[in-house]
Order: sequence, then C-alpha cells, then structure tokens
Amino acid sequence: MSTAVRETGAAYDVAALRSDFPILATRVYGKPLVYLDNAASAQKPLAVIEAERDVYERCYANIHRGVHWLSVHATDAYDAAREKARAFVNARAAHEIIFLRGTTEAVNLVAQTYGRRNVGAGDEVLITGLEHHSNIVPWQMLCEEKGARLSVVPLDEAGEIDPDTLERMLTPRTKLVSVAHLSNALGTVLPVKRIAELAHARGIPVLVDGAQAVPRMPVDVRDLDCDFYAFSSHKIYGPTGVGVLYGKTALLEAMPPWQGGGDMIRSVTFEKTTYNALPYKFEAGTPNITGGIAFGAALDYVSGIGLDRIAAHEHDILAYATEQVSAIEGLKIIGTAREKAGVLSFVLDGVHPHDIGTVLDREGIAIRTGHHCAQPVMERYGLSATARASFGLYNTRGEVDALVAAIHKVVRMFR
Amino acid sequence: MSSDLRDLYQEMILDHCKRPRNFHAMPSPDRKAEGYNPLCGDRETVYLDLEGDVLKDVSFQGAGCAISTASASMMTESVKGKTRAEADALFERFHDLITGKPNGANGPELGKLEVFSGVRGYPVRVKCATLPWHTLKAALDGAGVPVSTESEGPAAESGGA
Repeated sequence: MSTAVRETGAAYDVAALRSDFPILATRVYGKPLVYLDNAASAQKPLAVIEAERDVYERCYANIHRGVHWLSVHATDAYDAAREKARAFVNARAAHEIIFLRGTTEAVNLVAQTYGRRNVGAGDEVLITGLEHHSNIVPWQMLCEEKGARLSVVPLDEAGEIDPDTLERMLTPRTKLVSVAHLSNALGTVLPVKRIAELAHARGIPVLVDGAQAVPRMPVDVRDLDCDFYAFSSHKIYGPTGVGVLYGKTALLEAMPPWQGGGDMIRSVTFEKTTYNALPYKFEAGTPNITGGIAFGAALDYVSGIGLDRIAAHEHDILAYATEQVSAIEGLKIIGTAREKAGVLSFVLDGVHPHDIGTVLDREGIAIRTGHHCAQPVMERYGLSATARASFGLYNTRGEVDALVAAIHKVVRMFR
Repeated sequence: MSSDLRDLYQEMILDHCKRPRNFHAMPSPDRKAEGYNPLCGDRETVYLDLEGDVLKDVSFQGAGCAISTASASMMTESVKGKTRAEADALFERFHDLITGKPNGANGPELGKLEVFSGVRGYPVRVKCATLPWHTLKAALDGAGVPVSTESEGPAAESGGA
C-alpha cells in the first residue's frame, strides 16, 4: 500500500496509488488500460482484494448466530465495517447504518417502508430531472400503487437544479424529497444541504442518493442534515453487492420492516413476530459478509488518502479534461454546471457515442456510452446517448491526453 | 485507423453511414415498424411497400450509430425487389456472418453485405447491425409493436450507472 500519501502534507502521489490497483497494469489490445468508467464502477485496491481473501482464509462463518470462535470473529469484523461506515459519513450511531445490496436497494427500502406508510392518494414525491433510474422508478412504483404523484424539478440547460424552483414545488402534499448528491450523467453537484433546509422548513424528509458523491467528496450526513443517505460500496473501490442506507434513528424506528426472515426478528411464533432492533430490523437473511468486511477495508483505504485530497485531485483532472476536450472541434460537453465532480459527458458532431466507445476501446480506453440509466436526462438535451468519461483517484493527466488523442482519431475516421 | 478498426468500419460502411440510402419516411406505407435498442437508445423506423409477396420498396428513418445506420441503408438496397422468403433467408445468412457462424452451403449470396463480416470481432456491436433487420421482420409480420434488440437471447447490459 502507498504509505507515501499518508504522510501529512505529502504530495498526492498518483503513481504510488496506481500501484495499489493491480488491474491498472492490464493491457487492452496491446495498449495500456485507461480506465475512465469509474462512475459505473471503480476498480479495487489490493487492500480490498486481500481483505476478501483474508476473510475466507481466516475468519469466515455466518454472523450474529454462532457461539463458536469463527462466527464471533466474523461478526466482530462485520460490525467493525459498519462502524467504519458510520464514521465515514459521520452518522450519530452505528445502528443508523443499514447494510444492503447497494444504493438501488436502499432507495427501494425507503420507498417500500417509509413511502408506503406515509404517502397516500393525492400526495406527492419530489425528485429532480437529473436522477438515475434507481431514484425514479421506485417512486413511480410507489406513486402508482398509492395514487400519488411524482413531481420533477426541471433541469436547466447547464444541468443545474435551481433551489428556488425546487422550493416552489414543495406543496402541502409533498411527503418526501429524493435527490442525487452528484449526477452520474452530468457531473452536477446538487446543493443538498440547502435542499434539506428548504424541505425541513415544511417538515418534509429528504433522501439523498449519494452513490456518485461518496467516492468524490467528504460527506457528513449530520452537516447535510438529510434524513436518509444511500450509497454503494462498489463505487468507492469496494466490492459489489454491498451498500448503505443511512437513516436518522427516529425515522428508522418508526418505519415498518421490509423483508422478513432471519436476523430481523427478536422472537417468532406462528401467532406473532417481534422485530429486532436497528439496524437488524432491515437486514433479513445472511448478508454479504465478506463483501461487507472488504467494504470496510475500502473505506479505510480512501480515508487513508483523504477524501479532500481525492476530491482535489479529481477536480484537477476534470478541469484539465474539460479544457482539453473543449478544444476539439464539434465536441459539445453535456452538463456545464458551476459545481461539478468526476464526470465528463460529451457528444461529437456527426458521430454516434457508440462508435466513439468502440474506437476508444481499441485504444485501451474504457468509457461509458449510452443513456447512463438516466434516460430523462438524455431526453432533456434531445439526445439518445452521450459518451462519458468519469474519473477516479488513480487517473492522471496523461490518461486525459490519451483520451483526447483517441477522440481526435474518432474525428478523423468519421468526418 | 488500426487494421482492426478498419475491419469493422470498412469504407463502404462509413459511406452508407454518412450518406444513408433510402433514408426517408413513406407517406403511406403498406407496413411500418419501429425498432429500438435500449442499450444505446437507437431508434429506427422501417417502411415497406409490398406487391403481393415482393418487397417493392423499402426505406428507413431514425438515428443510430454508424453500424446500425449503414446496416439499415444497405439492407434496404439488398432486399428491395426480393420476396419475403428471400429476405428472411438473407437475414439468416447475414446473422450467421456477423456472429461468426460457419456458412451454410445453400444460403443466398450476401453480395456487398459481406462488408459487415468485421462485426463478428465486436460481439457487443452485433445488435447494432441486426436492429434494422429485426425491424424489417416486424414490419413484414405486421406486428405493430416496436421490436427491441433485447427480445432476442439473453439481455445485454442496460443497467449500471
């Protein structure tokens, strides 16, 4: 592991960090891999890979069940990961951290428990025009079931959400506001603290989809004062299949359980079941034990570097990439918000994003092309797709140069 | 361009992409169908005029990638004047070509559609090339519902972030 960057004040040593990620040494079609699809999923450092392996080799057993040595150790390690997640987002208590499969499951949990209990016919759920499908569809399903309405705060041309417009769309029927912290398709950072203030002034709770924000900026749920915050392990250099729903204790306590099964109960008879305390009430069944523990290792890893330093590095890379691609004739950046992070979406005159993706792939450059699971965003700009480069803690200016050179190649080919 | 990419983006494909043939709507077609690829959001509409069993006129419209646009353009040229059975056989042969299946002995001549042989080196692009053909099939069947590339075989990636 790169100890250099942990020394206070040491320069951000991207080469040392890159050596923590074995996959970055891969060659694709004989060229060095340039991985610019971090918003889809981030690569894993050795610390995470080894943590998974270590669990299976040294302390794997089911958790919260056995009296035996292995189960106790596995339980301790899993609980330690929960504590790491608590500290990472500065939640008040570890029981406010529900371990789930990911952000999508977290949003669905809130829709199916808080939502089903509190949203009725004629009520409204408010989201924004830049949401990922996972922060649209669960609410549509809820609204359809309840006869409620899904309201959408419009996106402006830059890809920003105007808090004043959002405020005007809060009505006495609004039961919940659910917004992304950072747009996966455009890179826009939303003023979620301000949004929470506006909603709270009317007694409306706020869920923040933090899937893209958590790997890219320090997040403090108490400072944001959001009621729920959802994020995924795999976007913050941890394993897939693990994610977090943070919720304020009082709200979580008042919510009915979601899935029934083992671990979420206190006692079961055929007449009546009493439910377990938080967080277990929402964690039915054997969880992703190894993944959860390795997720803790991922949080240790990024904390060791420092989220503020990762944010500064990615800001530099994004600014450099923005400047460099802007010089390419016929290239248009989609999403030009004043505050952006990590994501550069673009289109090229006369060339379909899919073809850009194929040409870049043969140069060893991995980007995402398509609608990014945000079709309403694409529709807002009259597009069916964009090309998207998204950055991580290990990307370099040299990789941006490779991206720019490859886009020039695309231009030469198709014009 | 690397030789590899040249296999996919052959000159004729780039030409049909930039200047697609039969690229217009028909005001009152006998049949039409819409095709959709949820992977990339591409949509193409295929229009058909029939004379008995013969595809008298074929055209298309829509927005797609180079492969799907060129495939649609060259498809309209290839099937015009053919019978339905001949068009079906041509699609089957074309599908074998781009998925790298060995040629059947008795299939129809593909002619210039052979330029799509490079697609077999790019499995994720097969659906781009077949979209117009599936849409044509839907128009011939007169199904009236949009066809999706995801109705064939295992679903491709359409999720993620």
